[in-house]
Amino acid sequence: MARMSLRSYLIAFCVLLSLIPVTASAGFFGIWNIPYDSSEMESKTLFSSFSSPPKHLDPVISYNSNEWSIISQIYEPPLQYHYLKRPYTLEPLTLQKMPEVRYLNADLQEVGAEDPQVAYSEYNFELKHAIRFQPHPAFALLKNGHFRYLDLTAEQLHGIDSPSDFTYQSTRELIADDYIYAIKRMALRQNHSPILDAMKQYIVGLDEFSEKMTAAYSQLLKQNSSSKDTTFFDLRDKSIKGIQAIDKYRYKILVKGVYPQFLYWLSMNFFAPIPWEAVRFYKQRPLLEKNLTLDTYPVGTGAFYLAENNPNRRMRLLRNSNFSHETYPNDGLAENADPALLSDAGKPLPFLDEVVYSLEKESVPLWNKFLQGYYDASGVGSDSFDQAVSVSSSGSMSLTTAMKEKGIQFLNEVEPTIFYFGFNMADPVVGGYDEKHRKLRQAVSIAINFEEYISIFLNGRGLAAQSPIPPGIFGHQNGEAGVNPYVYEWQQGRPQRKSIDEAKRLLAEAGYPDGKDSDGSSLKLYYDTAATGPDSKALLNWYRKQFAKLGIELVIRATDYNRFQDKVRGAKVQMFSWGWNADYPDPENFLFLLYGGNAAINTNGSGINSSNYDNPEFDRLFLRMKTLQNGPERLEIIEQMLEMLRKDAPWAWGFSPKSLALYHAWLQNMWANPLANNTLKYKNVDVQQRLNALQQWNQPVVWPLILAVILLILLVVPVRHAYKRRQNQTLSVNDKGVN
Amino acid sequence: MLAYIIKRLLFAIPILLGVNFITFALFFGVNTPDNMARAQLGAKQTTPEMIAAWKADRGYDKPLFYNQNAQGMNHVVDTLFVQESAKLFQFDFGRSDSGRQISADIQERMWPSLAIALPTFVIGLFTNIAVALLLVLFRASLLDRAAMVAAVILMSISGLFYIIAAQVLFGKMLHWVPISGYESGWSMWKFIILPVFIGVLAGVGSGVRWYRSIFLEEIHKDYVRSARAKGLSEIQVLFKHLLKNGMLPILTGVVVVIPTLFMGSLIMESFFGIPGLGSYTIDAIQSQDFSIVKAMVFLGSVLYIVGLILTDIAYSWFDPRVRLR
Repeated sequence: MARMSLRSYLIAFCVLLSLIPVTASAGFFGIWNIPYDSSEMESKTLFSSFSSPPKHLDPVISYNSNEWSIISQIYEPPLQYHYLKRPYTLEPLTLQKMPEVRYLNADLQEVGAEDPQVAYSEYNFELKHAIRFQPHPAFALLKNGHFRYLDLTAEQLHGIDSPSDFTYQSTRELIADDYIYAIKRMALRQNHSPILDAMKQYIVGLDEFSEKMTAAYSQLLKQNSSSKDTTFFDLRDKSIKGIQAIDKYRYKILVKGVYPQFLYWLSMNFFAPIPWEAVRFYKQRPLLEKNLTLDTYPVGTGAFYLAENNPNRRMRLLRNSNFSHETYPNDGLAENADPALLSDAGKPLPFLDEVVYSLEKESVPLWNKFLQGYYDASGVGSDSFDQAVSVSSSGSMSLTTAMKEKGIQFLNEVEPTIFYFGFNMADPVVGGYDEKHRKLRQAVSIAINFEEYISIFLNGRGLAAQSPIPPGIFGHQNGEAGVNPYVYEWQQGRPQRKSIDEAKRLLAEAGYPDGKDSDGSSLKLYYDTAATGPDSKALLNWYRKQFAKLGIELVIRATDYNRFQDKVRGAKVQMFSWGWNADYPDPENFLFLLYGGNAAINTNGSGINSSNYDNPEFDRLFLRMKTLQNGPERLEIIEQMLEMLRKDAPWAWGFSPKSLALYHAWLQNMWANPLANNTLKYKNVDVQQRLNALQQWNQPVVWPLILAVILLILLVVPVRHAYKRRQNQTLSVNDKGVN
Repeated sequence: MLAYIIKRLLFAIPILLGVNFITFALFFGVNTPDNMARAQLGAKQTTPEMIAAWKADRGYDKPLFYNQNAQGMNHVVDTLFVQESAKLFQFDFGRSDSGRQISADIQERMWPSLAIALPTFVIGLFTNIAVALLLVLFRASLLDRAAMVAAVILMSISGLFYIIAAQVLFGKMLHWVPISGYESGWSMWKFIILPVFIGVLAGVGSGVRWYRSIFLEEIHKDYVRSARAKGLSEIQVLFKHLLKNGMLPILTGVVVVIPTLFMGSLIMESFFGIPGLGSYTIDAIQSQDFSIVKAMVFLGSVLYIVGLILTDIAYSWFDPRVRLR
């Protein structure tokens, strides 16, 4: 190998040096940091992320928000929430019109809605025609009419990683039986539906059907010594007493009594249609061994279908070519909403061709990629909150200048959720319904300053609650009418938390003057929590300080989540924090958290009334309110119930969080609807605007690279020189030896 | 040699049984099957019927170590421990508690882990050896002292700092590489270059110091002096003689980790969005998915044992004086 002279080094050095100004100024290298295929960037693709992989995509079991954000784009239950309207409003999705409800007496004769003899409600559904399932190999037929892919072998699946990889794909029309089939699947205990036990109370015949079919399926599995994952149990010829297909497009469901909330359940994926062909197709062992199941690759009629499901990396939805039955809403724009939201009115949905969800477990890369334009929208973590949002002294939020310069916009919405601080009403110290215990709870409710909590721990993203009913839900009232008078005073047009002196007065009346018990010692209260990590220290100290304001010593009993749940279920806690997300926008879905029939102590731990609030008068009003339609009568009952709750104070009312979503200017039709999960079909992307921004924001900075190369070369020269010098050193010998 | 390997593999059986026993005892000491059912079902309200059905479906309705209701040997055999352990020894990992095939998941996730771990391991090894030899060449010089100071500094910095700093510098500010993400095939290079660079950089401090001390022990030995006396250049002395003799202690630490490379790195994969095995076990512990936990602990133990056997074999290969019996 020829040796490089010092002159050669110098020439190379000069050439590289001359490149610096050229490369530093020009963008001819293009963009290097695109994390996607560049063709995806140039198409109508929306880029989003997920932080925890969805576990279940089978609508019979799926009940988590990260799962519903995927499957709601694929499955279509009969009803959906209007994208734009406030208050939240149901509308037909696959139905011709809203279900017709007939009220029947015990002899199944029609009676009036208000008739005390009403024993059943009959819901009648009529489907739109010509709705078709997504293309799928489960529907592919041979010329002889038999299914093409029913006896698959492992060899046949070589190179197949998703149902889209099968050569033959087909479809069929959606029919009423598909909806009924989904309910039958729900009835099988082996499918672990989370709402089976709730629905058994309402749907006529579901209980008996479930018991019978579960036993029959178990018997079949035992007989064949097989697994449920590979054994198809045909439910087509089995029938539920209260459910009937009238013809191809019409079916009806008989519900016990009057249960208006049933309509809300019909907007959930549990009631989405399931084609039996897909169930049978996925019961093949070679598919199971490749993780190709109905739980990983859904089959629906929605605007998108799942083309790639790698829950540890990426989920990819593609436009369903068979989807053609829906257009963008023409009306329903909420007050103060941007009129541009109606600019796509009447246009066929969806607008996007593809949606890519990438797994981002850490908030730092997620946020930085959003700022680079590689995610179209993002939430705001506490790390990046100050960089993105400024909060005024009045609590209103706006974007920082840096965000505005990038054209970023934001949506801010109070979620239909409540996080509460609960008292165990069965506890001898903080529980009880007499004046003394009531005043103790009221005093604590005043002392725990949730406005401060929201400011410190949520960056202002929350609204202190006045009752269990969050904003946006019928029964919640804004202004003075909605204020909890036991904790707040209405001053200068806004609620003002009562003073600590007032809380101390209540505490003294409760028998604990200055927080002292009758023996003079400090009152000790116990707070159970699953917050055990180092991050929770500040939060728990904050709680201690709130109680210390009253002279009460708060003892924290931190434990793991399993043990915490066990303690709450067994009513072995004194005080605790918990939360509830709305299943549907009805006050019943929040007030049932305090219904005595749901108290943990009355239900062997399975009830959701963790505070064990058990007030017969409240329960009576609850049962009445539950069956009423929204209106003045219902509102009046709710107000009575809220007054009882505020006075009894089984919860210190906590807060409702505000969601904050940032999005780039190229993402269109953005609107916050926390109850609607199937909103991707409304969204649109201006691809050219995105490409321009990406070009502008992501040009590589090349000069440090060249500088590094030059430094490396400069380092090699002296090292080489030193080595040569050492190699050519001569030995010197003296009387001590060789040096 | 073959007899030795067979003997070591047979010794592995009680070790694996012991590891399995401890895994079962620890996991079920913290989580009851009822807790697991609640976590997996994800329902807001779980009824006793739902929990019972889930446990029966997953086999968690059996007693853990001793079945009082069984007869004879079935007291022990018809238990969760024996039934599940038997499957593990056949490498039948079954499906996770959320329903996915664990073997398919491992096969899918091991390649991205290897895509990061293997180049990091190989490049790191070569870099560490090359720098260590360079420092030995210039021992006691200013370069050597400066490099040792730099090595201590590199060792003292947290791995997390390297990751975040490199993402901000190379991904966010210089726009050289994607901040995170992954693609299979040839397009993966732009996603793995930064994690590999960080992996090498984070390990170079300790690696260089260790290897340098090994080589310095060798450099004063007689065979090195003989090699110099023959007139060989310093480079030849270092690479042909010193390196070969210095490799033996290096092998001790290196070969044992080779089989475990595909288990991935938790932090690196999390931050770079690499869909590897790094977080598989931790995620499973958090979601109380015992099927994955037991499979991964078992697999980790097997790989560690394999690594130790490979180390012994490598010893005998590099040093003819070592004989395996």
